Amino acid sequence: MTTTFSSAQIEAQNRARRLRAKQVGGQAYLWLLLVVLYAPILLIIIFSFTKSKVLGNWTGFTIQLYENLFTGYDATTQVRVDPNLYRAVFFTFLIALIAATVSTILGTLAAIGIFNMKQKARRSIQFLNSIPMINPDILTGISLFLLFVFFGISRGLTTVCIAHIVFCTPYVVLSVMPRLTKMNPNIYEAALDLGATPMQALRKVLMPELWPGMVSGFILALTLSIDDFGVTFFTKGSGGLETLSTFIYADARKGGLTPELRPLFSLIFIVTLVLLIAINIRAAKQKKNK
Amino acid sequence: MNKLSSLFGSRRTWAWPYVLFLILFVVLPLLLIVYYAFTDHSGSFTIMNFVKFFHTSEAINTLVYSLAIAMITTIVCLLLGYPAAYIMATAEFKTPAVMAMLFILPMWINFLLRTLATVELFNMFGLPLGEGALIFGMCYDYLPFMIYPIYNTLQKMDRSLIEAAEDLGANRREVFVKVILPLSVSGIYSGIVMVFMPTVSTFAIAELLTHNKITLFGSLIQRSFGEGGITMWNYGAALSLIMLLIIALTSFFDQGDSDDSQKSGII
Repeated sequence: MTTTFSSAQIEAQNRARRLRAKQVGGQAYLWLLLVVLYAPILLIIIFSFTKSKVLGNWTGFTIQLYENLFTGYDATTQVRVDPNLYRAVFFTFLIALIAATVSTILGTLAAIGIFNMKQKARRSIQFLNSIPMINPDILTGISLFLLFVFFGISRGLTTVCIAHIVFCTPYVVLSVMPRLTKMNPNIYEAALDLGATPMQALRKVLMPELWPGMVSGFILALTLSIDDFGVTFFTKGSGGLETLSTFIYADARKGGLTPELRPLFSLIFIVTLVLLIAINIRAAKQKKNK
Repeated sequence: MNKLSSLFGSRRTWAWPYVLFLILFVVLPLLLIVYYAFTDHSGSFTIMNFVKFFHTSEAINTLVYSLAIAMITTIVCLLLGYPAAYIMATAEFKTPAVMAMLFILPMWINFLLRTLATVELFNMFGLPLGEGALIFGMCYDYLPFMIYPIYNTLQKMDRSLIEAAEDLGANRREVFVKVILPLSVSGIYSGIVMVFMPTVSTFAIAELLTHNKITLFGSLIQRSFGEGGITMWNYGAALSLIMLLIIALTSFFDQGDSDDSQKSGII
């Protein structure tokens, strides 16, 4: 009896040891992948602190590129930083804000509408809604390009904004939908019965319930818009409108990136990193409080 | 007025602006691709655009080559990503959410800049830019898209099923092959679709990663709209329609998983 017990114990110990070894191995693999994933980003950040024209050529530590980025010109050589870079930054964020705002409103209303539809109508609209998500950016871009060309609409800021709303709104619909499913369907009617106008019921009853979904939809729309290249490329026209993506593309094709892009993206990365960590900590705390 | 408010009160109508928007800016543009693909420059019906495609060996080769590159990228991503998702979902991390976030975070950097940084990485180590760089760069760009859906399904998996299988005498391999793998199939499908679709249609990444040495199908389409001038648009539309068919076929793969919110769950 005792022998079988101890052998079972040994077996258990061995198993625990194997498990631990496996876990260590597994974690090592994850960290290795992460190192590879982050290597290019680290490269950008590291080389934002040197002044060389090309990435990968270290010419000594300096924060001059950061200074150039903020002052708009190189103090030592008196060369201006490409003004198109600032225009591109401005338009990237302008377009992202417009697209995210419009698609959040459009998408939230649509989600409420779709939620209240009969099964059949609901399915077909959800199918339509999934097309822009499935469609690769090049096809979304080209199809809209053809639309604008066909109807003789000149391409520019408006067409880019419309195009971004096209691929952002489906994600808003999808982030708001789960909130509707979770919500008590009767409270809206209750508000109406108690004398609220539909507008009041929307503002005071529906909105607070849907708010978290709207916020995450908005943030997702922002990031999708900022990161987009393919759709913007085909809808921006040739009037000189550039976003950061198209600016980088044109820059890289000319040969040699504007060095000030390095500090710019290091800053954007750090800011999003801090924001994401903050959001996640807040979400974790809210979970705990529940 | 009463009629108006009752119309507004019926919440079904709230979706109408979006439905109109979808018809104008999603359905109509796609129909225009079909229209342009089947007409010539003067607007009369023709199938010459497709005839031209099937008679240009360069175009067909590019399509086949792009499909192959996309498949290789997808397979590599699956082989690298599945174990990562599995380890993340099963290992006892203090903060599994942080780990998942770390894999998604690189996607918040502009992908063109990430791609260019990859190019510099290759230059730094003196590696040649070509097919290898192309596949590496695309795996690098899309690996998170493979890991995330698989991680999601593995995490939602009912753990007691594994215990049940173990209790019933299955060894570790059997547990994996017969329980875990089948349960994660929907995640694998989503991952495959989410990696394959962008890689088969990409047009900028290949240019940058190979210094224009390799042309993918996406670049071919882009060129017929960019440098080709007006006369090439119809041909470009035909190529786009072929791409659209490939995408439609691929997306059938993803039908099993009704959880469309994979990507929206990233935040």
